Amino acid sequence: MPREITYREALREGLDEELAYDDNVVIIGEEVAEYNGAYKVTEGLWKKWGDKRLIDAPISEAGFIGMGIGASMLGIRPVMELMFYSFAYVAFDQMMNNAATCRYMSGGLTNCPIVVRGPANGGTNVGATHSHTPENIFANMPGLKVVSPSDPYDVKGLIKSAIRDNDPVYFMESTVLYGMTGEVPSNDELEDGELIVPIGKAKVKREGTDISLIAHGRAVLTSLAAAEILAEKYDINAEVLDLRSIRPIDENAIMETVRKTHRAIYIEENKPFCGVGAQVSSMIMEQAFDDLDAPVLRITSADAPAFYSPPIEKLQLPTPEEIVERALTIC
Amino acid sequence: MASKSSNKSSTNYADDPINKSLSNEEKIELLRTMVRIRRFEQTSLKHYQGDKIGGFLHLYIGQESVAVGSISLLGDNDHVITAYRDHGHALTVGMGMNECMAEVFGKATGCSKGKGGSMHYFAPDKNYWGGHGIVGGQTPLGAGLAFALKYKGLEGCCLCYLGDGAINQGAFHESLNLASLWDLPVIYIIENNGYSMGTSQARSSAHPEEGLAARAEGYNMAWDKIEGVSLYEVRAGVQKAVERAHKESRPSIIEILTYRHHGHSVADANAEKYRTKEEIQRYKEEHDPIEFWKQTLIAEKVITEEDYKKINSEAGAEANEAADFALKSPFPEESEIFDDIYWEVDNNTEAGRTGRHFFHK
Repeated sequence: MPREITYREALREGLDEELAYDDNVVIIGEEVAEYNGAYKVTEGLWKKWGDKRLIDAPISEAGFIGMGIGASMLGIRPVMELMFYSFAYVAFDQMMNNAATCRYMSGGLTNCPIVVRGPANGGTNVGATHSHTPENIFANMPGLKVVSPSDPYDVKGLIKSAIRDNDPVYFMESTVLYGMTGEVPSNDELEDGELIVPIGKAKVKREGTDISLIAHGRAVLTSLAAAEILAEKYDINAEVLDLRSIRPIDENAIMETVRKTHRAIYIEENKPFCGVGAQVSSMIMEQAFDDLDAPVLRITSADAPAFYSPPIEKLQLPTPEEIVERALTIC
Repeated sequence: MASKSSNKSSTNYADDPINKSLSNEEKIELLRTMVRIRRFEQTSLKHYQGDKIGGFLHLYIGQESVAVGSISLLGDNDHVITAYRDHGHALTVGMGMNECMAEVFGKATGCSKGKGGSMHYFAPDKNYWGGHGIVGGQTPLGAGLAFALKYKGLEGCCLCYLGDGAINQGAFHESLNLASLWDLPVIYIIENNGYSMGTSQARSSAHPEEGLAARAEGYNMAWDKIEGVSLYEVRAGVQKAVERAHKESRPSIIEILTYRHHGHSVADANAEKYRTKEEIQRYKEEHDPIEFWKQTLIAEKVITEEDYKKINSEAGAEANEAADFALKSPFPEESEIFDDIYWEVDNNTEAGRTGRHFFHK
C-alpha cells in the first residue's frame, strides 16, 4: 500500500530533509517557528531544529527577504516563507532587482541561492489584496526561477531541488492544496534514498489522444476533473500536462503533447494579460503550428480583481465545466 | 544602548589608539588611496565629457575620506556593500583602476565584464558586494551579509554605506529593525553630503535635532555623528562601531558629514543651482579631505609637499594608463548576453540543462 500524505506534510518533509542535508539552510518568515506556521507547513520544525534554523520574522517582507538575499550571497541558503505570495509586492524591489540581477551586474561573480515560498492562489474569500497569482510576473524576469507544484509528490521533490539550486527560486503553492493527499513514497522505498523532482520538467498527469489540457498549480486538478467529464460524456480523451515549473519551462513536453493531440488549451488561475498561457500558446504557435487542428485556447481567472463574495469569486476561477465547454468548441 | 555623539571640539583624534597605531607608511597609503580615487574619477569625468563613457557617473570627489578611513579599519571577516556612488569604496578595497575604468567604458575587461557599469562594481574576493543602483536597496543586503557572518560564527561585520537621501526609504527602516532585533553586526554609514540629488536635507528628512543617525534611538541602536573631513576622526568614530559589531554583535548607525564637489551625477544639470557657487567653493577650500590629510601629514612631518606632488602625479599616470587600457579593450561579445544570468546554466549543471531558460527569438 503506497504511502499517502498531505501536500502540507510532503512540503514539511522536504524542508525537514533539507535542514538535515545542509547546515546553511535556514527557514525565515512570519510565524514559521514558534507559531508553527500560519498554515502549519513548518509545524514541529522549530521544536526539532531550534532558534538558529527556524526564525520568526517581523512583518517586514522587504527587510527580511532582502536580508535573505544578502545572506545567500555569502553562502547561506535561506528559505523564506511569504504568508501570502501577494506580500511579495511589498518586497518587489528586493525580489526583482537584487535577487535577479546581482549575478548579471557582477559579471557572474555572485549568485543568490534563495528560495521564497508561499501560497499564491485566489478562491479563498480573502479579497483582492490576498489573492494574487504572480507567477507570470516573476517568470518575466531572467535570473529568476518560478515553480508551481500541484500535488504532494511534486511539492516535496521540487522544494528539495529548489533549496539545492544555486539560483533564486520562487516557489508558489496553494492554500487550497495544503490539505490534499497523494502518494509520496517514503525514502526507504526509493532507489536513491530520497525524492527529488527536477525543476524544468513537466509531467503527464493523464494520458490522452484528443486534446491537451496544459496547466500549472491547482488548475491541473481542475483540468483533470474536466478530462473525466470529457471522457464520460463526450468520448473525448484529453491529455493533461502539468507544467510544474514555469521558468525554466519544459518546452519539449509541451510540443510532444501538442503533436500527439493537435489541440491545446492552457488553463491557469493567473490573470490573462501576459499570463503563462500567453507564453505557452505563443511557443506552440511558433513551433507546432502545422500540428494544430485548432487555435490554442486560454482559460484564466476572470480579468478582474478577486471578488470577496464567495459565490461570485468562485465564478472568477476556471471550472471543469468551463474547460469542457471551451474544449468542445475545438474538438 | 544608544550613544549620543559627544562634544568633540576638544578631542584630538590623532591620539586615539587606532590612529596612534598607524605607521608613517600606512598614513601615506591612506593619502595615496584618496588621491588615486580622485584622479581615477577626474580621468573618468574627462572621458565622459569626451563621449567615451555614457550612462550615469556619480562622482565621489570630496567624500574620499569616508570610504578610505572606514575601510582601513577592516579585517578578513569584514565586508563592504554600498550604493551607486561606489568607485571610492571599490578602489579602497583593492580593486584595480584598469578593471574599474574599463567597466565604466562598457568594456569586456571591466570588473563586471561591462554588464554593470559605474554603479555596479563587485569584488566578492575582496569582501565587496556592490555597487547597488536603487537608493536604499542595498540596506537589507547589508543586514544579510551580517546575518551570514553571525550564522557562521565568524567575528566580523558589514559596513553598509548609504547616502542621506536613502534614509527615508522603507527598506532601510526595515533593515534597522531587523539589525537591532536580531543583533546583527552591521554598521550603516550614512554619507551625508547634504543633498538627495537636488533636494537639500532640510527639504527631505525629518529628524531629531542631533542629526539623521539619531533616528537609531527609535531602534534601540547605537549611533554617532562624525565630521568626515578628517581621516583621524572617521577612523576613530567608525572603529567604535566595528568593535561593537565584533565584540557585542550589535549594529550601529554612523552619520559622516561630507560634501560632494560635483553634482549628484555628471548628468546633474542643476548642480550649481540647488547649491550656491559660494557654498561649493567654501567646501572645496575648507573641507577637502585630501587637502586636510595632506596638511596633517606635512604638519606631522610624515611627508613634504614634494612627496605629495609625486603621489598625485603617480596616481594621475595610473589613471591615464587605466583609461588607455579601457580605450584599447574590446567591447563585450554579443554572445555574452546570456551568460551570468543563471548560475546553473553558466556551470552547465543538470539543473542548468533542464528546461528552457530563455525565451527570446
